[in-house]
Amino acid sequence: MISVTLNGELHELELDPDTPLLWVLRDHLGLTGTRYGCGEGECGACLVHLDGAPVKSCQTPLAAAADRTVTTIEGLSPDGRHPLQLAWILEDVPQCGYCQSGQLMAAAALLNESPRPTDAQIDAAMSGILCRCGTYQRIRRAIQRATNPEARNG
Amino acid sequence: MVETTDACRLTRRTLLKIGALAGGGLLLGLPLHARTEPPDAAPAELAPNAWIRIQGDGRIRLVLARSEMGQGVMTALPMLLAEELEVGLDQIEVESAPVDPAYINQLLGEQATGDSTSVREAWTGLREAGAVARTLLIKVAATTWGVPEAECQARRARVQHADGVRSLTYAELAADAARLPVPDQVTLKSPADWTLIGTRQRRLDTPGKVTGGARFGLDVRLPGMLYATIQPCPVLGGSVRNWRGDAARQTPGVVAVLPVRRGIAVVAETTWAALRGRERLELDCRSPASGIADTDRIRDRLRIGLTGRGTLAHRAGDATTALETAAQRIEALYEVPLQAHACMEPMNCTADVGPDHCAIHAPTQSQQGALATARRLTGLPAERISVQTTLLGGGFGRRREQDFVADAVELSGYLRRPVQVIWTRADDLRHDYYRPMTLHRLHGGLDDQGHPVAWLHRIVGPSVLARLNPSAIHDGIDPSLVAGAVDLAYAIPHLRVEYRRADTPVPAGLWRGGGHTQNAYVTECFLDELAHLAGQDPLHLRRRLLAASPRHLRVLDLAADRAGWTTPPPAGVARGLALVEAFGSLIAEIAEVTLSDNQVRVLRVVCALDCGQIVNPDTVRAQIEGGVVFGLTATLKGAITLADGQVEQGGFDTFPLLRFDEMPAVEVHFVPSESAPGGVSGIGTAAIAPAVANAVFALTGQPVRTLPIRLASGVAVS
Repeated sequence: MISVTLNGELHELELDPDTPLLWVLRDHLGLTGTRYGCGEGECGACLVHLDGAPVKSCQTPLAAAADRTVTTIEGLSPDGRHPLQLAWILEDVPQCGYCQSGQLMAAAALLNESPRPTDAQIDAAMSGILCRCGTYQRIRRAIQRATNPEARNG
Repeated sequence: MVETTDACRLTRRTLLKIGALAGGGLLLGLPLHARTEPPDAAPAELAPNAWIRIQGDGRIRLVLARSEMGQGVMTALPMLLAEELEVGLDQIEVESAPVDPAYINQLLGEQATGDSTSVREAWTGLREAGAVARTLLIKVAATTWGVPEAECQARRARVQHADGVRSLTYAELAADAARLPVPDQVTLKSPADWTLIGTRQRRLDTPGKVTGGARFGLDVRLPGMLYATIQPCPVLGGSVRNWRGDAARQTPGVVAVLPVRRGIAVVAETTWAALRGRERLELDCRSPASGIADTDRIRDRLRIGLTGRGTLAHRAGDATTALETAAQRIEALYEVPLQAHACMEPMNCTADVGPDHCAIHAPTQSQQGALATARRLTGLPAERISVQTTLLGGGFGRRREQDFVADAVELSGYLRRPVQVIWTRADDLRHDYYRPMTLHRLHGGLDDQGHPVAWLHRIVGPSVLARLNPSAIHDGIDPSLVAGAVDLAYAIPHLRVEYRRADTPVPAGLWRGGGHTQNAYVTECFLDELAHLAGQDPLHLRRRLLAASPRHLRVLDLAADRAGWTTPPPAGVARGLALVEAFGSLIAEIAEVTLSDNQVRVLRVVCALDCGQIVNPDTVRAQIEGGVVFGLTATLKGAITLADGQVEQGGFDTFPLLRFDEMPAVEVHFVPSESAPGGVSGIGTAAIAPAVANAVFALTGQPVRTLPIRLASGVAVS
């Protein structure tokens, strides 16, 4: 039995501890907002927070989450109104949208660490999350908007 | 020109049928007699075939008959309906269309999405559908009040009388409107009265995409559903000779291991169990009779086509003689490599097949193809088959194919349970229908004034449409291989373009921008080679060759102006220009490039676009930004190569995509236009490779004749 606090709720899971967290979320718990893109830790579509830090859930066995806190895109905010989510909507960031859960979770982890990140910090935090549609420029603008209170509602 | 307020006669496809909805509503669909039944289409009586449903409870539902794969059709197409219907985007619900002849994309000849056609194809028909419904609703209101229709105005799902007092909602009018005959003519709104078209509307699909709630193909969950993965032969075209599945079967969670058309399937209670089981399969494959594919061997095969007879694809004047008598001549051989689609959502499909039904849930670009696939595999009649389209995690032409749909239908048919088939990233990269490899030999001649007078272009490559749409091939010419090469806008008096078909064992398919991505790269780079030979500025040369084409000059001049073409760039930076005409649109892109650690770095891309009337400007902007990035990956990063019959790239480590920190600043400037809309998905992709390659040429003095761009070690900036 493995205990995980997931999006604020305690879950007791009787699963193979080697199961990647990605598939625990998607297939066992029905949280499909965390996406499978490569299964090799190369694309970041599956990024979630483990105790607030960004991890690629396809490379994180369930055992590594035991007695820890996991946050997925579904738990990023109670009402979909996290400053990043609002900024993403205002900048119309997503195209196909498949990578965007990972992009948002990477950006949110960055903001947990650095509420007013520099361009270099944004580059470092975001360069591991691939987007085939090419939304990078808008992601940067949305992060800047979310971290600049005057620009939030523009 | 855009239709004006003159009443316009309805086009055939919107000879609409009006029907009543249960509970007193209005339904607008296509009448049976106006249909042309395509092969494999569902019988008319099965599908509701409506574009607009105005329900008695006030709900207004618009049908989306194209696949949302990031290009914004879920917003742009409802905007066309809503504009004429006079409802706000906040007042509607969008639902995806079933398979029905009413929803055929007339530009593609099937119910499918691709080739930058969605808005172009819908432009007239959807507005007319909206206008018909509005006309009927106004008629009912006018009759009810006993006033002339001219005194009634529709706005935000309500008809108001000019007295400012009387008004009725669409919900109240719908039941009576449903009893009226379809008008012969409707009046489309004047562009001056548009409140949606041409204005920035936030995408309707964004909220779900920022909360994780958006449902892609892999997010389909059906009761009792199993998960499956298929191990194909790694050698392209190979087949399984022997296999052992004992260890796979013993993997916890694995339900079945069985041979299917594409290889050996492992079916399990979870995706992870299926993937683990698959790792324990033992496979022995037989090589294909067609031979082992290998990049060098493919290149050799294409090279044969560079000499000998080619099929004439386009001719103007006498290029051979003009070349012989030219004052200066240049010859170049260009090579364009294989490219994968690499959609972020790997191929997948979910199907539920029983003795008398087949339900497909798929991220597909071709609903009609999915239905035909299911008919072929199950033998069921069309009315027993349903196709539900999910969101697509990228399409780029890959999801016009049917291989992933066939996987799920086949497996569910065997197991009689709902099955979701997932391809791994390696499957996705190694078993694609690739943009084909092509070789190009060009000869150019200048007169003694440095003016281009002769242009010969031989294209060698496999046919893409021979498999997908053989009827499109005329006189041996595959239009997708010569697109952009046979319709050069430049006024060169003697032109000759030839195509030599050379099929290879590598599956060839549609790719974002299609043949324009190969031919724009080759022709725009060769034009810069001619400019270099003539000692002319590339912009100046293009302007001279396009002196009689004001529309081309406008995009060139706008891009040049915004990029500051006449102001020299900083030391170590160079600019490259490319102009592309495709899908009814025109784009000029100027790339600013520098070298860092012997790598090309693109700093800025300025795009000037004339795509006719724009429906949703910010989505168009996003499509150009995205097209540039998609093309930059193919320009700078990698390609698909084969060794011993196998694709060598199996992940993003060996098939890298452009990263966040490599993203240039992309600017998109519009040339205002009232022409009918052009396509925008592929054009940004086509122009970026030559723009960057020409900048590298300007920087190093060495033309870039192969992609992706690889600089010789120690290349100096000239």
